[in-house]
Amino acid sequence: MKVAIASGKGGTGKTTLATNLASYMAETRPVVLADLDVEEPNSGLFVQGDLFHRETKYKMIPEWNSKTCSHSGNCQAVCNFNAILSLADSVMVFPELCHGCYACSELCPTNSLPMKPKPMGELKHFQAGDLDFIESRLMIGEEQAVPLIKQTLDYIAEGFPLDIVKILDSPPGTSCPVIEATKDADLVILVTEPTPFGLHDLKLAVETVRQLDKEFTVVLNRFGIGDDGVIRYCENEGINLIACIPNSRAIAEIYATGRLIYPEVPDVKRAVKVIADFILNHPKGR
Amino acid sequence: MKEIVIISGKGGTGKTSITASFAVLGGEDVVVADCDVDAADMHLLLDPDFSDPEPFFSGELAVIDQDLCIACNKCFEVCRYDAVKIEDGRYSIDEISCEGCGYCARVCPDEAITNVEQNVGNWYRSEIRTGSKMVHARLRIGADNSGKLVAKVKNEARKTATEMEKEIVLVDGSPGIGCPVVSSLSGASFVVLVTESTISGLHDLKRVYELVKKFDIKAGCIINKADLNEDVLRELHSFLDRENIAKLAEIPYDEAFTAAITKGKTIVEWDSSIKERLENCWATIKQLTGVN
Amino acid sequence: MNIVFTTQGTDWDSPIDPRFGRTRYFFVLNEETGDVQTVDNSAIDKEAHGAGPKTSQKLVELGAEVLITGNGPGGNAAAVLKTTGVEVYVGAGEMTVKEALEAYQNGELKKFQGV
Repeated sequence: MKVAIASGKGGTGKTTLATNLASYMAETRPVVLADLDVEEPNSGLFVQGDLFHRETKYKMIPEWNSKTCSHSGNCQAVCNFNAILSLADSVMVFPELCHGCYACSELCPTNSLPMKPKPMGELKHFQAGDLDFIESRLMIGEEQAVPLIKQTLDYIAEGFPLDIVKILDSPPGTSCPVIEATKDADLVILVTEPTPFGLHDLKLAVETVRQLDKEFTVVLNRFGIGDDGVIRYCENEGINLIACIPNSRAIAEIYATGRLIYPEVPDVKRAVKVIADFILNHPKGR
Repeated sequence: MKEIVIISGKGGTGKTSITASFAVLGGEDVVVADCDVDAADMHLLLDPDFSDPEPFFSGELAVIDQDLCIACNKCFEVCRYDAVKIEDGRYSIDEISCEGCGYCARVCPDEAITNVEQNVGNWYRSEIRTGSKMVHARLRIGADNSGKLVAKVKNEARKTATEMEKEIVLVDGSPGIGCPVVSSLSGASFVVLVTESTISGLHDLKRVYELVKKFDIKAGCIINKADLNEDVLRELHSFLDRENIAKLAEIPYDEAFTAAITKGKTIVEWDSSIKERLENCWATIKQLTGVN
Repeated sequence: MNIVFTTQGTDWDSPIDPRFGRTRYFFVLNEETGDVQTVDNSAIDKEAHGAGPKTSQKLVELGAEVLITGNGPGGNAAAVLKTTGVEVYVGAGEMTVKEALEAYQNGELKKFQGV
């Protein structure tokens, strides 16, 4: 079963929830935790384990063969992303702009642009007891998160049986990377905070998951500050708000050091248990 | 005219709240550019009137004309994104998967496929409650921010600042490390990095700073929630010293931030000690940027 | 020798455009003859990504040997410029074209190291 943890806004507590939830559940059964926020993966700061496997992840980009090139300029003409330039006596490829559509390669009159793999990120697989933690990290300078997110999800699909619970820590926002991370999830948990920013971005996130036709539920973090706008919104919309994690400076301090919170704060353990039970009682989670 | 760009690798550090505070302190001298377009939030604090909406076009999606399609399957063969759907012999393009590469349109023997430019949202040039103007945008769900949109927002803000003879363009930059951030940074006179005294904050600060280093722009750092952890704070200081980044302000963890936002106010319009720190910080930034 | 400036306007008093990839205009000065040509780069606004390299390509077509600009080209643009041998000078971001030329001739501009 795949559970995506997402939020419209950054900084609401996705990673905090994902890491605490996965670690808690792994006390009693095998769990997979994946950090799909490949531009700024943070989960590894809170979850440690032994490195089990690492692999460089590649994307296919064209490589210019100067010997056979006839300088037709066709490559630049067929590229919609400005990723390839046909200059006077050379062809330049910009790997971060390339979307891997293969058009330049397959339409080249002299076959001078074979597609070759280029590293764009790294996947690391850690193990800590019953917890398998997968983290993918995009290389600096790479701009496209989607291919790496997709390959990470493929790695998980190939390596683990369907019935294991997989917690997917998604990137923030509502654009392509989030869509890639959540589109095949069985359940999406939206994390937000009880402030006008939290409410505004929750609405955007709700719109996104509704468009993807995903089942979703909301967890309210830092409960106690701000106002009741989020709670009222969920009530009005008939959205299931399954847990509230209280706000406290103590929690912030624990987070600041990189420790998990639920072992030290009973309120948080209670909230995490409620969420875990919800997942395990879900038709897909049984 | 100076361009001050505020970024943070990580979300939730207070970047938007702080940028809005500077907008209030700068008042009429400042034109604001909200380039954080994926879930933009500044409008909640500055109350723009959403005037002058203009559609924004970016990227293309393929569309198959059913009258011309002969179901030859060529589009399906070349598409790398599984975006060509076949249902009962009828070919169509899945909008969510289509990357807009245009390959299918090029190979279609009947020219049945067209690339349609996407209206991905609107951008606005609003009046804000500080008496000045803000250029901002609203993107559709699933639409990608891009260097183009960020450039557009910044460009319009600069134009406005020039027309109105304002000294400062204040840019709320994009998160992450990709194209939109690079676009946020280009043309900047000064970069403000907002971070927090947590392990995640330090980690993401280092990552985003690698990008900033590539441009030769003066940078300063604001450490928010500074008293959450002494060890991390020390590490932050070492990092800033090593890299010669100006220390602009340290702000203690204070729930007044949230209390203020909840009332639609920035922290400098709220009664707290943070107000003075940010006022001093703003003065320092102006000085380092060379604003009179 | 052709000296090219990134500018926001088309005359000597126009401000330099501190950006490279999305600069509004190119102001091309033939140092020997004193002839000036301005090129409108605003079509670059249509490009979502890859503005830098595309603009670099234009610069190559203009036969530039020296480029004077504000912050300098981003990574990709710089990579293209490197293949052409053009010398890039930065720091003119707040000057007019006239002032930038003087600054360049007096050796007051910084040479951009990325090309």
